[in-house]
Amino acid sequence: MAEGLATTHEHPAHHAALQHHFENMEQQREAGTLGMWVFLVTEIMFFGGMFLAYTLYRYQYPVAFATASNHLDIRLGAINTGVLIVSSFTMAMAVYTTQIGKRKGAILCLILTMILGATFLGIKAVEYHDKYRDHLIPGRLIPGNPFNPDVHALHLPVGVPVGNVELFYWIYFAMTGMHALHMIIGLGLMTWLTIKTWRGRFGPEYFAPVEVSGLYWHFVDIIWIFLFPLLYLLGRHLEGHIR
Amino acid sequence: MIFLALMLGTGLTVMAAFYDFPGPLNVVVALTIAVVKATLVVLFFMHVRYSGRLIWLVIFAALFWLGIMFALTISDYWTRTWMMPLGS
Repeated sequence: MAEGLATTHEHPAHHAALQHHFENMEQQREAGTLGMWVFLVTEIMFFGGMFLAYTLYRYQYPVAFATASNHLDIRLGAINTGVLIVSSFTMAMAVYTTQIGKRKGAILCLILTMILGATFLGIKAVEYHDKYRDHLIPGRLIPGNPFNPDVHALHLPVGVPVGNVELFYWIYFAMTGMHALHMIIGLGLMTWLTIKTWRGRFGPEYFAPVEVSGLYWHFVDIIWIFLFPLLYLLGRHLEGHIR
Repeated sequence: MIFLALMLGTGLTVMAAFYDFPGPLNVVVALTIAVVKATLVVLFFMHVRYSGRLIWLVIFAALFWLGIMFALTISDYWTRTWMMPLGS
C-alpha cells in the first residue's frame, strides 16, 4: 500500500465488488489469491498422504504393483493427460481474456474448459467400466462382482499374493476417484463462472473469482501430471521381466 | 509455448516408460519429467513467477512439510529390515 496508514483517504467511486474490509481492489485480489494458495497447500498435504501410501506399498510390493499397473490402459491415460493439459491452457486463456475485458472470449474459453473436463471424466468412466468388467474393483464394493484378477487377462506372477495386486487397485481408485471428485467440483465452479461472466460481473477491475478458480483447476491438473506416470507408466519397462 | 512444452513432456514420459533404463532410473526419469511439467504449470499458468514473496513462502512451506512427511516415513520403512539379522 503506497499511501500507508496516514491520511484522509477520500473514497473514490468503489467497484461494486469491493468488500468494505479491503482498501482497494488490488488488496482484495492479493488477499484472495493468498487465501486460495493456503487452501491449495492443504490439498497438497491431503493428496500427499495418498502419494506417500503409494510410495511405501510400491516399495514393499514392486512386482505386484508393476503387474497391476501394466493392466491399466496407457493409451487412455495418455490421452487424458493431454486433454487436461489443453484444458489448463484454455483455463489460463479464460483468466487472460477476462483480465483484458473480452467477455465473449472468456465465455468461450470457460465452455471449452468444461467440455475438456467432461471429456476427461468420460474417458475415466470408460476406464472404470473396464475395471468393473475385469473384476478389478477392489474388495466387495460391487455386490456379486468381487475382486478376482483370474477372471480376465491379469495373470499373477508366481509368488505374488492376490491381496498385493488388490492393494494397487485400492490406491488407484482412491487417488483417481478423489481426483475425479475435484474435477467435478471444478466443473461446478466453472458453470457458476460462466453464468456470472455472461451477466457481465467480471472485467479488468474485478476478475478474482475467475483467477482463483483457475488456480484450483491448474492444481487438479498438476495432481494428474503426477498420477499418470506413477499409476500407468512405472512398471511398463518390466513387462518382459515378470513371469 | 508452455503448452507445447507440457505436451512434449507427456509424449517424452510415455516413450521413456517403455525403455528399460538401468536400475531405478525409470522412476527418476518419470518423476523428473513430472516435476518439470508441474513447475511449468505453477510458474506460468498459475502466475507464480509474477507473484509476490508471500505466495512463494506459502508454496515452499508446503513443499518443506511434504518433504518432512515423506522423509521421516520413508526413513522408518527403509531401515526397519536393518535390524532383522540381530532379532532373528
